[in-house]
Amino acid sequence: MNHLLRELAPVTDRAWEEIEEEARSQLVVSLAARKLVDFSGPHGWERSATNLGRTEPLPATPVDGVDARRRRVLPLVESRAFFSLSRAELEAVDRGAQDVDLDALAQVARRIALAENTAVFNGWPEAGITGLAQASPHDQVPLTEDMSACPRHVAEAVEVLLRAGIEGPYGLALGPTVYRRVIETTEHGGYPLFDHLRKILAGPLVWAPGVDGGVVVSLRGGDFLFECGQDLAVGYHAHDADSVHLYLVETFSFRVATPEAAVALPSR
Amino acid sequence: MGTEQYHEPPEELSQEARTFARMCTSLIEEAEAINWYAQRLAIERDSAAAALMRDAQNEEFKHFSMDLEYLLRRTPRWRTVAERILFQSGDILEHGEAGEEAVDAGNEDEADPAPAAAPPALGGSLGIGSLRGRER
Repeated sequence: MNHLLRELAPVTDRAWEEIEEEARSQLVVSLAARKLVDFSGPHGWERSATNLGRTEPLPATPVDGVDARRRRVLPLVESRAFFSLSRAELEAVDRGAQDVDLDALAQVARRIALAENTAVFNGWPEAGITGLAQASPHDQVPLTEDMSACPRHVAEAVEVLLRAGIEGPYGLALGPTVYRRVIETTEHGGYPLFDHLRKILAGPLVWAPGVDGGVVVSLRGGDFLFECGQDLAVGYHAHDADSVHLYLVETFSFRVATPEAAVALPSR
Repeated sequence: MGTEQYHEPPEELSQEARTFARMCTSLIEEAEAINWYAQRLAIERDSAAAALMRDAQNEEFKHFSMDLEYLLRRTPRWRTVAERILFQSGDILEHGEAGEEAVDAGNEDEADPAPAAAPPALGGSLGIGSLRGRER
């Protein structure tokens, strides 16, 4: 048994499969950052920190004439979100029910994905994580509600990256509101705005809960580094006569190696 | 024919283990196809035919790589080893040793690559990993 303690849960193999399938399907849709940044791992539950390759001075050493520096590392965040499922519903899985209520799991999956996206795009100061949008040294290119101006804004962001010597292809993370506007908009002649933006970027548009407006990022690699210790998993917390209490967990760090490789397009 | 890819009685294997076996078989078949095209290309004198074979071989490279990525995403211990060997410059043997050490140090209690039962599938991980290349 590992740290997830799953064998202690009153959950059958079939119910576990159903839980995992629901979690996976929700997470794959919502985990926007993983669609755009470099992913390293999973390195396992035991991984505690990311090597930064840097040191910091120590104010004193125990013996004169000895110089010492301390290695700097970025600790991994342990992100966890609890949920409860009805035991009666899980028993229904074994009877072949197709409409099992796993809404609590779906909601938590979206929340933990939102936390991951937010950390990567906007940062998480308490965890020592700087988001790629906030790290960007470039002037922001605000997106307006006028979608006819959107191609110009995105092209401007791409040009900023080109001027900075950042190669493509590029990807565009869009917050849900802007994403919806993009996919429902056609330009003069009926050409879908979505396809136009893809041509400008030569890369994907990603639905990204947690993003304000949009962020254009280079996909050339090596610029944005997501390090995963324990990849997303479902663990067991407790149970009673009516419910099983579980949680989704992951450990990760994120760092920006090339701040110039992103341009933020916040909603105005 | 359909069950030759199984080493153990298929009815005793979980759905996940059967998928794992099918993908491993696909990976082997793609590698075989790459090898066959390499041999054909080595002796082909017609440049047009050789161009077609190269194109077909490129397809097999793609299929092999996709199969491998699928398997790595669902097998954390394999992935841990592969990450230290693939696309690295330097001594392959040394990287292999590093990969073995990493997996020995970090995943001792993890289940086998293709566990027979769901818990703890992938050591409990959902096997999501990188989603690069996915738009939705």
